[in-house]
Amino acid sequence: MKPFVYERARDAAQAVAALVADPDAVFLGGGTNLVDHMRLGVASPDRVVDVTRLPFDRIEQLADGRVCIGANVRNSELAAHRLIRTRYPMLSQALLAGASGQLRNMATTAGNLMQRTRCVYFQNVTTPCNKRQPGSGCSAIGGYTRYHAILGASEHCIAVHPSDMAVAMSALDARVVVLGPSGERRIPLVDFHRLPGDEPERDTVLRHGELITAVELPALPVAAHSLYRKVRDRRSFAFALVSVAAALDVRGGTIADVRIAFGGVAHKPWRATRAEEILRGTDATPEQFERAADTELAAARSQPGNAFKVKMLRNTLVAALQELAGAA
Amino acid sequence: MAKTMALKVNSETHSVSVDPGTMLLYVLRDDLKLHGPKFGCGLSECGACTIHLDGKAVHSCVLPVEAAVGHHITTLEGLGTVEKPSPMQQAFIDEQAVQCGYCINGMIMTASAFLAQHPNPSRDEIKQALNGNLCRCGTHMRIVRAVQRAAKTGRQA
Repeated sequence: MKPFVYERARDAAQAVAALVADPDAVFLGGGTNLVDHMRLGVASPDRVVDVTRLPFDRIEQLADGRVCIGANVRNSELAAHRLIRTRYPMLSQALLAGASGQLRNMATTAGNLMQRTRCVYFQNVTTPCNKRQPGSGCSAIGGYTRYHAILGASEHCIAVHPSDMAVAMSALDARVVVLGPSGERRIPLVDFHRLPGDEPERDTVLRHGELITAVELPALPVAAHSLYRKVRDRRSFAFALVSVAAALDVRGGTIADVRIAFGGVAHKPWRATRAEEILRGTDATPEQFERAADTELAAARSQPGNAFKVKMLRNTLVAALQELAGAA
Repeated sequence: MAKTMALKVNSETHSVSVDPGTMLLYVLRDDLKLHGPKFGCGLSECGACTIHLDGKAVHSCVLPVEAAVGHHITTLEGLGTVEKPSPMQQAFIDEQAVQCGYCINGMIMTASAFLAQHPNPSRDEIKQALNGNLCRCGTHMRIVRAVQRAAKTGRQA
């Protein structure tokens, strides 16, 4: 591991200033992805600014019904919280479907959003990778693609975002609260992560020095009836082949409201807006669920090693919606 | 650059002088000579380095030592001694759950923190709880039995 300076941030403004002053400095949360990457040589910061002691460790319900999740809330704590389990069950389920107990005890809300792809070519510093080394080429294209994207990829990168939590937050219309050198801004989670385009090295729209302080969830009544369904090669401690976060409100057989997002299939959590548009106001029937899935997946482009994912995702979405409709 | 810090380990306060970015695992093993936690992958994947931080099972291989200052650290040595093993340690001995032994620190630390929260787990819950601890010898069946035995001992205690 390259030597680095470790320091603890005194307050949020000082943490931001420390990064602004040093282009090679990074924030440290739970360390469960950054420190791995420092060991592997994927990341080589000269300064690590630990922000885990900053006072962003609470889950609060605001007067207008929103729920504010501090950036330093650990994944295990968030998954177990009563507000999350009752009002946003898909988020609790998504968190518990990810990683292991030890990792969830350390991983923070902000760190989970900032984790990087587990594409094997990205993590192996001996192979070309446009995300790790812009312009060097993509080893995944034409390589082992079982875990790669089927939506929104580019000729430069077909990696997927690994988070389960972020998929649920995408479906929940979450907003990321960010502190930068010129003050605070709020970024809708659906716009927080990027598609690779010709800049796959940029995972998110964050600028250097911007610090995530919280994630806000809107009141969103439909979310109380929601689930997260994850399909993977092992039953536990594995990343998604495909996953679906879905919320459904059916009244008298008609869909009053719906939220859908996919994981494991794109460079960012994939909010299925086309499927949602088709479903709103229609009958909650298997035929409509299939039509919505097919419409959303019309844009899917698979690789030789992951063509199965298109049908797998279609079936997973239909099954998730049927489960929600059946229990309505 | 070395810095002097106070670490609370196994109910005692130790003074250590190391670079604050040194991973806690190295400080526990090299400076405090606590060899319970093991270096496995160094990538927070295998679980061999598991300790308790304020009672929660975490990986010590990716935790900078200064981040642990002020927290209560427990290692395998803090659970029990050779003369007086903890119920979990005794259960692992009774079930002969150890083959090479390298993963066992993590198995016992994870299982202990888990049982403290879930005193009456099902077999499936035990398996899920240990999913972040890899064993390459393949003694999983005995390990699960050991945790079941410790849970039973705990219920009788």
